[in-house]
Amino acid sequence: MAERAYGMLGEFESPEALLAAARYARAAGYRELDAFTPFPVEGLAQVLKIPRPWISLVGLIGTLAGAGTALLMQMFVSYDYPLNVGGRPIYALSAFAVVTFELTILCSALAMLIVMLWQNGLPRLNYPVFAAPRFHLASKDRFFLCVKSEDPMFDDREIAAFLTGLGAASVERVPS
Amino acid sequence: MSDHSEILPRRQSMGGIADQLTGIPLHFPAERRWVIAMAFASALLLLLMVSVTELFTRGVGIWGINIPVNWAFAIHNYVWWLGIGHAGTLISALLLLTGSEWRNSLNRFAETMTLFAVVCAGIYPILHLGRPWYVYWMFPYPATMGVWPQFRSPLEWDIWAVMTYLTVSLAFWYIGLIPDLAAARDRATGRGWQIFFGITSLGWRGSAVHWLRWSQAYRMTAALAVPLVVSVHSEVSLLFAAGQIPGWHSTIFPPYFVLGAAFSGFAMVAIIAVVLRCWFGLGNLVTDDHLDVLGKVLLATGLMTGYGYVFEVFDALYSGEAHEMRTLLDRVAGVYAWIYWGAVLFNFVPLQALWWRGVRRSGWALLLISISVAIGMWLERDMILVTSLYRDFLVSSWSKFTPTFWDWSTYLGTIGLFLVPFLIAVRLIPMISIFETKELLHEEKEGA
Repeated sequence: MAERAYGMLGEFESPEALLAAARYARAAGYRELDAFTPFPVEGLAQVLKIPRPWISLVGLIGTLAGAGTALLMQMFVSYDYPLNVGGRPIYALSAFAVVTFELTILCSALAMLIVMLWQNGLPRLNYPVFAAPRFHLASKDRFFLCVKSEDPMFDDREIAAFLTGLGAASVERVPS
Repeated sequence: MSDHSEILPRRQSMGGIADQLTGIPLHFPAERRWVIAMAFASALLLLLMVSVTELFTRGVGIWGINIPVNWAFAIHNYVWWLGIGHAGTLISALLLLTGSEWRNSLNRFAETMTLFAVVCAGIYPILHLGRPWYVYWMFPYPATMGVWPQFRSPLEWDIWAVMTYLTVSLAFWYIGLIPDLAAARDRATGRGWQIFFGITSLGWRGSAVHWLRWSQAYRMTAALAVPLVVSVHSEVSLLFAAGQIPGWHSTIFPPYFVLGAAFSGFAMVAIIAVVLRCWFGLGNLVTDDHLDVLGKVLLATGLMTGYGYVFEVFDALYSGEAHEMRTLLDRVAGVYAWIYWGAVLFNFVPLQALWWRGVRRSGWALLLISISVAIGMWLERDMILVTSLYRDFLVSSWSKFTPTFWDWSTYLGTIGLFLVPFLIAVRLIPMISIFETKELLHEEKEGA
């Protein structure tokens, strides 16, 4: 047990059990919590006090950047190489609408995807929890609550007893 | 949304679903059928390669196109393929946002279908260029000749629309796929599969904070994808409507094209759903209820497309323009009248059977009706192109269009271009969204 721990991982059989356990853990004073679930569990973010993500803000910035780039590009191209087609205006905004719209969406979607991955720290192919023997069930039908070692109240034995008391099917110590 | 109607049989377990769906790539159950299908698809793809080589060597003259029918199979198949792609995005994005639970069993292969259908569509305008190796002229790059592309041209809009559509569909598909790739990684026993799924799942671990950001990105991308679908197909219709050709110059075109696209696309989703369900024994996830909903959607989009047909006739008559009315007459009674009536027949006659619940819930019936719709929509796109072009304003330039062998071989070849990557995807990734199915099952059990 000399090795530093990443945290203690408790396994639960249903999202409700996980939510209840997370609530108890917060009430007991644990702050550095994470949960691993096979699908997004409603209400978990509120219980764990995860701050609201700002991916949609990134999407908005991408929208503006895409629209601006598209308009500027088309206007510059029309200015630099003006073509008189049947006397139509060089800066034909209505004709620029399609490309502007497409680029708006493209930049917004890509910005959100990239920022989502970057914020989540992905790709990161290895992560301490993967070492836990039963963790592969987190993508199947089990729900895991993790008390991380950064928590000021972290104590292996105490947390193991605490999680077992909450009905955890198994408790594992995750080496860091 | 949450009336807790049962769309998945509740007796299933989450673990069972995960094992069943990851089992398809990991322990492929239908090896022989897949090999036969792949051999067939590869033969078609080979045909495409031969056709394209011939095209590049001899030029677009090998096709039956002429003046005035200078757009025929290439653009007609482009519109057809692109339309097929649209249902995938609609099922995934629109139904995600509206919270329709039945999408979960269909969205993954519908999105996969979209991706490859868009690729098939995208190569057509390039092939049609005449000198396809100059396709990069469409991009605004600092050319030494000092020339920029013409952004006021609908053909230039095309490339941006298709590129954006392909990229955003790919991003949306991949975001949705990451958690399932992780599930497959965790089930994989072979070293090769572990490495493949390990890398493609990017180390996804299902952490609560990850899910939160992921959900936001997924839903926002969906919200962007819906107007994208509408814009892309409206843009395609503007290629036609922006011109003066009788039969094209109509305000109904954008909605008419978008609905027609959804119609043919849902037909293709139904075909794939029935085939995959039968192939991999997925009756517990793609249930009769799913087929029922698909049948209803097909019927609804079909009737909306029918409205487009009626409006086209009305538009021509109401305009009072001699050329418009002549084109209308050509469509219903000209040399290509069989295309028009063929479209009407294949699109709308078998479709009426879907008013009956028993027909909607029968895989075979739905499959046959959907195939009929796919053929009907193909004829419709042909009708829009050829019957408008072959007799335009000048009698001196009238000329008929007869497709050559190379027209047909290129078209059949793109079916190979669609099937080969689709079959590879069936072999490599879970074809039904695992985590969304589990989420739905959980909600159903909770609501029970």
